[in-house]
Amino acid sequence: MSIETADPEVTIEAPERPEEVAPPRVKPGPHRDFVEKVAGTLRYADDWGLPGMLHGVVVRAQLPSARITGVDTSAAGAAPGVRAVLTAGDIPHNGILDEASGLGVDAIVQPVLAADRVRYDGEPVALIAAETPGAAAEAASLVEVEYAEEPGVFDPEAALRDDAPAVHPGGNRYVTWRSALGDVDAAMRSVDLVVEETYHSQRVDHAYLEPEAGVGWIDSDGVLTLRVSTQVIEHAREIAEILELPHSRVRVIAAYMGGGFGGKEDLTVEPFIAALVWKTRRPVRMVWSRQESLLARHKRHPFTMHYRTGVRRDGTIVAQDVRIIGDAGAYPLLSSRVLFAAAVNCTGPYRADNARVESTAVFTNTVPTSAMRGFGAMQVVFGYESQMDRIAERLGLDPAEVRERNFVRPGDRRVTGEAIDTGVGVGECMRRALAELGPPASADATQSGSRIGRGFACSMQPYGRSVFFADRASAWIGLERDGTMVIRAGVTDLGAGQAASLANIAGEVLGITVDRTAVHIGDSALTPLTGGTFATRQLYMSGNAVLKVARGLREKLEPVAAALLECNADELRFAENRVWAGSRAISIGELSRAAEHQSVMPYHHDTFDAETGKFDAETGQGRSFPDCTHGAHAVEVEVDEDTGAVRILKYVAVHDVGRAINMQRVEGQIQGAVAQGVGYALSEEVEVSEGVVSSTLFADYLIPTSLDLPDIKAIGLELHPGKGPFGARGIGEPPIGPPPAALASAIQDATGVRLRRLPMTPERVLAALRQARADSAAAAS
Amino acid sequence: MSKHQISLLLNGQPIEAMVEPNMSLLEVLRVEAGAPEVKLGCGEGVCGTCTVLLDGDPVNSCLLFAVQADGREVTTVRGLAGDVELHPLQQSFLEHAGSQCGFCTPGMLLTAKWYLDGHPTAGREELRGALAGNLCRCTGYTKILDAVEAYRDSLAEVSHVD
Repeated sequence: MSIETADPEVTIEAPERPEEVAPPRVKPGPHRDFVEKVAGTLRYADDWGLPGMLHGVVVRAQLPSARITGVDTSAAGAAPGVRAVLTAGDIPHNGILDEASGLGVDAIVQPVLAADRVRYDGEPVALIAAETPGAAAEAASLVEVEYAEEPGVFDPEAALRDDAPAVHPGGNRYVTWRSALGDVDAAMRSVDLVVEETYHSQRVDHAYLEPEAGVGWIDSDGVLTLRVSTQVIEHAREIAEILELPHSRVRVIAAYMGGGFGGKEDLTVEPFIAALVWKTRRPVRMVWSRQESLLARHKRHPFTMHYRTGVRRDGTIVAQDVRIIGDAGAYPLLSSRVLFAAAVNCTGPYRADNARVESTAVFTNTVPTSAMRGFGAMQVVFGYESQMDRIAERLGLDPAEVRERNFVRPGDRRVTGEAIDTGVGVGECMRRALAELGPPASADATQSGSRIGRGFACSMQPYGRSVFFADRASAWIGLERDGTMVIRAGVTDLGAGQAASLANIAGEVLGITVDRTAVHIGDSALTPLTGGTFATRQLYMSGNAVLKVARGLREKLEPVAAALLECNADELRFAENRVWAGSRAISIGELSRAAEHQSVMPYHHDTFDAETGKFDAETGQGRSFPDCTHGAHAVEVEVDEDTGAVRILKYVAVHDVGRAINMQRVEGQIQGAVAQGVGYALSEEVEVSEGVVSSTLFADYLIPTSLDLPDIKAIGLELHPGKGPFGARGIGEPPIGPPPAALASAIQDATGVRLRRLPMTPERVLAALRQARADSAAAAS
Repeated sequence: MSKHQISLLLNGQPIEAMVEPNMSLLEVLRVEAGAPEVKLGCGEGVCGTCTVLLDGDPVNSCLLFAVQADGREVTTVRGLAGDVELHPLQQSFLEHAGSQCGFCTPGMLLTAKWYLDGHPTAGREELRGALAGNLCRCTGYTKILDAVEAYRDSLAEVSHVD
């Protein structure tokens, strides 16, 4: 059987193929962005320029709490090459619009440039645009700002006292979330054991290798256009509000990012570039230095987590009582949402019929904190998993057995009252992780003075935005006349293969390979909006949008294909850039041309609406997140008892990903998140003393090198379907949670000491070992 | 500030530039020489994204004055492949997903290529040490090492056939 075709790539005589129920998975070949990355030809935000471009810099405050009593820009303005010096009064609407919690919690407006009050060290005060970067930097040093120092508050617990200096009028308690289930006080009285501990986590930096950067210009049709490294093109609206422009006159193009991890989710360079472009009417580039980024771009919230867990003798959890305080720094940013995620996830993947949780975000005069991979739900893993180990220890039970006894199951209620409505694979993940760790390292392998230990931790992490945001994502797919496919979606790509995944998903439905697919992403003027790349939501949201659009397009084209192939629509298979009926095939190009000829246009646009629900902030009851991804990590370490250094010998990370769109990228996400989690656990800390950040050199901010990590064995299990396309679950954030608890557990196994404060640096491990020795000597004497 | 004329061989092509004495090699490569594949990650010589080969050896181009490179040969990642689209090591990074955001990739590739040229039988732990000056925040290094090892093995196969 043969079909006439003009397409050169089409085989006239199609080979016999076995009948299949579902189309074969499209081979996920390399997407074009990865080819350009290894070739060195990808143009990041800073690799781009325009004729006549100026260079922008931010002038920053150099103390954490002060009134501004005067600004003199005359010397800076008169310096050679300077084309603009802007202060607060030059910004049309000097405030960043923030949709805050989505639940009506008050938003405090953050100024673009500080006007009369400085609230953190590094806060922007003025902007310069000059002909060269050197001239701009020189002028920045000539801006004279007069300050009157004000008392500041730098510790969140101190900030909650009545007599604490107020960071903002209205007090330092920004938001408190509360939820409860059952009767915690009565339950605590009935249990056999109450384990009560406090855990501390620190402020850390995203430390992506590409600092914040972008170029802005006024396009030929008068549209203010920014090409920046950002996770969120929808910020175009906030930029328009700042400049008092119609939303339609601002366009944001997202360059492929050199990493994001939540650090490019809030605005970074955008409002500053925009203001300078609008003032000078010339293109402007702004690139933040690493040191500036470490000083003043928002960080992860440090948490103080107070846990009381009541259990029966057999290890069954009866009650959980958790209080969390998060340091929001000087401005709200996304603190409200981060602390919400902390509250509703702080009991972990464990059933607790009686639970009371409370989380508070507190203002201090320190660098603001906001989104970072794990978003409030990762700090608490250290809390709830350390509690599980402590319970096992106190009851003399096996820690895996205690967890098995308490894992949530579908139908169980969470502290918000909502029922878990998808499968829970955390037990399978834990058993697999422990099995994969293999036999312990032999004693011969250890150095003298070193001890080997093992630990593990389980976790859950939501994917998708809180359901009360009524999240949605749109996409457009079209077929060209030669059978190649074009996808348009406003996704931004931070290196995790966001664009590539869309090609894979559409390709699976339409049978078109990645090499014949072009994905246009991240342009607020030209691509249907999907919402930003954060909250592990893109696979769930844009993935589902593209799946819906691809299926819609296929439905449109099936009657055309069925007529051409003289078969019923349900006999069609889309695979390998062809449409098949048994062993006969036509090319996608032929189908596209035939459809267009019949006025069935070979393109389609649609929107995916995520499930929605209500949450009552007063009662703390309602729907929170669409779904969770579960996992478990197991680790073997060697602890040097003379130095306190912890060396990781083996690391296994297992997650139930529902269905992997591309298993290699799933593994990559797991391995990368583990590496960041290990840095968080052992070495990373943004050190702040009286509001002043002292770790502003990359040499002082210690992210793991290749020598600090072993090979990370990443396993994506396809156990329980999630709510993403084809049953996928999000995997970007989930694997960053377990490392601190797993490592604390392994350090305890090796040495007997348990650390409850992060990071577990050699100094802290050594101090704990010395304390333990002193305690045991005192007990013996 | 007085300017100095320097000439260098960039990926085999002669380049001349007028540079100020305090300009870094990185700045000249990115701004004057049309080589934005050399990345600025920290400016302190810590992250390794600005790695280039200077007369065949890796250097942090952010810590080197451009005048120090006068008369010398500079190789960036775009000098690896030659006439083909991708060098086999680049191909190996692609196949093993050794690149995620890609910002560390140019420096990582150059260091790996340089090290394997001198140590073609280096084992995994030795390679782990060789790459310690090139930070990556996305991959956890496992797939980078997979890619480098696969390339090393392909070299051994080629020489075995010879």
